[in-house]
Amino acid sequence: MSEALLAVTDLRKSFGALHVTDGVSFDVRTNELHAIIGPNGAGKTTLIHQLSGALKSDAGTVRFTGADVTRLSMVERVRRGLARSFQITSILDGFTVLENAAMAVQARSGSSFRFLRPASKEAALNDEAMAALARVKLDDRAHRRAGSLSHGEKRQLEIAIALATGAKLLLLDEPLAGTGHEESAVLVALMQELKQSHTIVLIEHDMDAVFALADRVSVLVYGRLIATGTPEEVRTHPDVRAAYLGEEEAA
Amino acid sequence: MSAGTSDVAISGAVPDVAPRRGGVLAGRGSALAAALIFAALAVLPPIASAIGDPFLVVTATRIVVFAIAALSLDLVLGYGAMVSFGHAAFVGLGAYAVAILSSHGIDDVLVQALAAIGACALFALVTGAISLRTKGVYFIMITLAFGQMAYFFMVSLSAYGGDDGLTLSARSTLFGLPVLAGDIPLFYASLAVLALAFLGLRALTLSRFGRVLRGTKENPVRMQAIGFRPFAFQLTAYVIAGALAGLAGVLLANQAEFVSPAYMSWQRSGELIVMVVLGGMGTLVGPIGGAIAFLLLEDWLALFSEHWKLGLGVLLVLLVLFTRGGIAGGVERLFGKARP
Repeated sequence: MSEALLAVTDLRKSFGALHVTDGVSFDVRTNELHAIIGPNGAGKTTLIHQLSGALKSDAGTVRFTGADVTRLSMVERVRRGLARSFQITSILDGFTVLENAAMAVQARSGSSFRFLRPASKEAALNDEAMAALARVKLDDRAHRRAGSLSHGEKRQLEIAIALATGAKLLLLDEPLAGTGHEESAVLVALMQELKQSHTIVLIEHDMDAVFALADRVSVLVYGRLIATGTPEEVRTHPDVRAAYLGEEEAA
Repeated sequence: MSAGTSDVAISGAVPDVAPRRGGVLAGRGSALAAALIFAALAVLPPIASAIGDPFLVVTATRIVVFAIAALSLDLVLGYGAMVSFGHAAFVGLGAYAVAILSSHGIDDVLVQALAAIGACALFALVTGAISLRTKGVYFIMITLAFGQMAYFFMVSLSAYGGDDGLTLSARSTLFGLPVLAGDIPLFYASLAVLALAFLGLRALTLSRFGRVLRGTKENPVRMQAIGFRPFAFQLTAYVIAGALAGLAGVLLANQAEFVSPAYMSWQRSGELIVMVVLGGMGTLVGPIGGAIAFLLLEDWLALFSEHWKLGLGVLLVLLVLFTRGGIAGGVERLFGKARP
């Protein structure tokens, strides 16, 4: 078995008396797409905040590429190759699509304390940014204002920005949130393709997408992981059916 | 400190009322607008002597000096999203650098300017590093407090005039030559500083550094998620702006041949904010226009009534209500075509 790229051990987070993350442990292997599913309020977004470093953990460890990153900030984790996208689209609306990606390339390409040369004309940054945009099929939109993109295109740009950071592991927080049928088909195809080159942790509500994409699935209910396994194992797991799929069928 | 938190150093965040990037004033338009303003100012002295009103040059010098200060505040306020309410302290420190050195017989403008820049940069570094630990209204309050500390320090510094201020025995010299003795040379020197500052800040805001600063203003969490720490960028901008405001102070001391703690009062800081907002935050050329409009209005309204500030207040309320992006925003809408 290959070394886990991301190893989470007994991770905890409480808000007051509420245990939002309650002893979560799981591994993400290199080059797998590991989906985390769970009903609303299960603590999925809190977990991704803890993995990305946006939120401090109360206890437990997060190891990335063998090193303990539990105490590192989001900035330090990104620099080590652990990048995230946001559930609620978080892009720079006032900048061009290209600059959104080029900014992420700039963050890892030499000092940003350079004061004279126009950054938008730096070919090295723009070339890498274009490559990231091409992977999400947004290269034809490169010179548009990011704010003018459609919702689905903004979701694609989120992923391109994460790619442009040079990430080894992508934490995708509900990339399909708010997308229509066609938009989500584009994004699912895109993730299918990204699986070839990147390890992905996918948090997603869309079960069809999860079962189509995931190598393994973990099920989070009230801050605890109740099952981890292949999509088939999880689908037939009695606890999962009781806690989650049953609920969905009832709804 | 605080590793692993989502703390961001966005401070005194302001609603983004700057004109959309990509409009006429964002690209060549702003350079053109600035060139027009500089050209109009450059032909002012001959016109003033032709119509026999040499005092016009004195007024214009004052305007140019405050335009430099407003320009520097725009870097902090319009690009860095930091609402600094103590910016006049830097202007005052720069002015005092001239007066204090001059009182000890050091009249060379280069030495004075270096001292002003050094003192202001140091003051900005220390106060900025502390202020940037706070956000929102607290950032406004703490910069106000530091500004007032500088003000009261000068009030109590009786060796250099205290509350009464200090009169310069003569204007600064350059290598022993009294090159700034005349009002017209001082005006052109000030205009040159303004033009260079504009070009410098324009390059800076388009550079790698400026791009991070602009991105941080728009979405600090996104910037952290791609690996930037906003603090260092905002602090650097704060220091650069402080040093440039100090340079404005050097010119102000020479223009008035007098310095006093009043230069550093919080009312002065407020006026600088008004100039930036009136002209259009985050446009560079806007605050230059804002300084011109503010000081001309001040003179003009004072002709009608001693209660001119009331009139100015009404005008400001109307401007804030009915224009987005100040003067620059208005010009933008007049001449700019909406782009797709």
